Amino acid sequence: MSITELEFEAASAESAPEQAIEGRSQWQLTWRRLSHDKVAVISLIIIVIMIALAIAAPAFAALTGHPPNSAYPNTGENAAGLPVSPGTNGFWLGTDGTGRDLLVRILYGARISLFVGVLTTVIATVAGVTIGMVAGYFGGVVDTVLSRFVDAVLAFPYVVLALALAVVLGPSLPVIIGVISFFSWAGISRIVRGQTLSIKEKEYIEAARSLGAGPFRIMFVHILPNLLAPVLVLATLYIPQAIIFEATLSYLGLGIQQPTASWGNILGDAQNFYQQAWWYVVFPAAALLITTLAFNLLGDGIRDAMDPRTERIFAASRARKLARARRRSRRRGQGDLPTASAPGEA
Amino acid sequence: MAIARFLIRRVLTGIVVLWLVATAAFFLFFARPVNTVAHQLAGRAATPQVIATVIRNLGLNQPILVQYWHFLDNLLHFNLGYSYYTQQSVNTMLKQDLPPTASVVVGGVILWLIAGLAVGIISATRARSLFDRFSAVAVLIGISLPTFVIGELLLLIVFVPLNQHGFHWIQDQYAGPSTGIGNWIGHLILPWITLAAVQAAIYTRLTRGQLLDVLGEDYMRMARAKGLSERRVIFRHGVRAALTPVVSQLGVDVGQLLGGVIVVESVFGLNGLGQVSVQAIDTDNLPVIIGFVVLAAAFVVVANIIVDLTYALLDPRVRIA
Repeated sequence: MSITELEFEAASAESAPEQAIEGRSQWQLTWRRLSHDKVAVISLIIIVIMIALAIAAPAFAALTGHPPNSAYPNTGENAAGLPVSPGTNGFWLGTDGTGRDLLVRILYGARISLFVGVLTTVIATVAGVTIGMVAGYFGGVVDTVLSRFVDAVLAFPYVVLALALAVVLGPSLPVIIGVISFFSWAGISRIVRGQTLSIKEKEYIEAARSLGAGPFRIMFVHILPNLLAPVLVLATLYIPQAIIFEATLSYLGLGIQQPTASWGNILGDAQNFYQQAWWYVVFPAAALLITTLAFNLLGDGIRDAMDPRTERIFAASRARKLARARRRSRRRGQGDLPTASAPGEA
Repeated sequence: MAIARFLIRRVLTGIVVLWLVATAAFFLFFARPVNTVAHQLAGRAATPQVIATVIRNLGLNQPILVQYWHFLDNLLHFNLGYSYYTQQSVNTMLKQDLPPTASVVVGGVILWLIAGLAVGIISATRARSLFDRFSAVAVLIGISLPTFVIGELLLLIVFVPLNQHGFHWIQDQYAGPSTGIGNWIGHLILPWITLAAVQAAIYTRLTRGQLLDVLGEDYMRMARAKGLSERRVIFRHGVRAALTPVVSQLGVDVGQLLGGVIVVESVFGLNGLGQVSVQAIDTDNLPVIIGFVVLAAAFVVVANIIVDLTYALLDPRVRIA
């Protein structure tokens, strides 16, 4: 689709040489394609809403009158001491195992999850890009050592080691962020290394070198900008992984500790009540799923927008609709092909 | 001959890896103060003398290198030491708790490979069909959910309603095959699905992508042109070539599998190795933790050797060397 779009734009540019030709950068093109991708746009909106909800968590606490860590043994638990169902006694999504407002806790959990997800991804990306670029650019012994290290990190049962580290260092937010970052950079590093290997053979790198640029200048000024596209995609797809990782650690009791709310530890507690309180499992799980799904879909969308060659399953129905429209217009004898008139199909 | 040399080399490097892992685990855990264990063992109102005695009895007052030497010596004799609390041999403890873990791992891997490959192959051969799109949605949901959430949701939507309606075949907890194969499967079917779900999603995606690439190759057209049946074309020429990256991915994932097992055991209350090690971590029971780490590393090493052998069998271009 986007190839036709490019051709279309090129053709119109050639046919109207008197008009000023407006240059479009790769990023502008990407943004244009992305903004026409309904799934990606919806995902982006969901992510923004999630972030807004997380920021507004104290407002919800004030609105419901239920601070996140306050237990309400009288109104928040029924006669048997079990969580009350959604809508009871002013608890919109019900309560948790100790009679705390589930909605408020889920929103506070969103703060932790999004914070950990984004921050660890940033750390892992910076580390992964640097190490991958150094390994790919220098090659030789440096590459061998770094690559074996990457292999080791990727192959090691990371949950086991993460558990061990969380215990040795004591579970706390910085430790969790460190542990997740440590196990996330290797994948990025491996891909960046591969990209660097091919980029460093390009002529403009040779040109830079012949002008006397040093290795670090070449890496950060000439290679890095060309890596940004794949790295952005990777980073977007790593955020949900980091959120899942944090949730898993907290679920096992080695991440965020009570009374601080996190989706992982809410779901960990919920496991003791799943027979009696479905909402206790369903709502935090839904919050988690919606967030990770949105990031995954957005990442896929960015990848498609950056690389129009990738084939998209969901574009099929649109392609069929387009073909049908084209047949219809041909039958009517109109020469105007919808392909040319709809550059936004990409 | 080549295989023998390959095996010897891999086993030797495997032993080096095991030694490195054991050493890392040893120093990682012994770097922290040991007093917690002694305090717990000596009771709440212990005098410093009692604590000192406990520490001496556990051999924790010796220099760290001496302790390390004992540890290595024991390891060479396949002795992983003794639990701080019960004085039970760690070997026995691990052996006792192996059946649930082994059952979960074996069944989970089989299910994940079958599901991942089958759905991936069907999706690729019928690209853009309704099935393909449904599987794409399922894959997305699969990779967006943590293992433990899948487990809890299965408990909530499958286990609870079925048991409320008097259908008791599907159970949590663990029951060995000696209680009847049907019973064993009933207890493990949900853990298997849970463990397999996330990985199957990743493998579906991988298989589909690889097979689609391969289907566009010239040799596929060649295979069709010489009159082979479609089934033979897809399976003998397509799937076989598409599988090699999938198999090498398996080598990486075996390590991650153990993390998944810990979570699954925790969700379904299976008293296996994962549970034991999490408990050991909670109580600072160092010999048990290190034993589990060494066992996990051994499992990863062995599994990787098997994966590399399979790799060579699948792809005739790969030579064992």
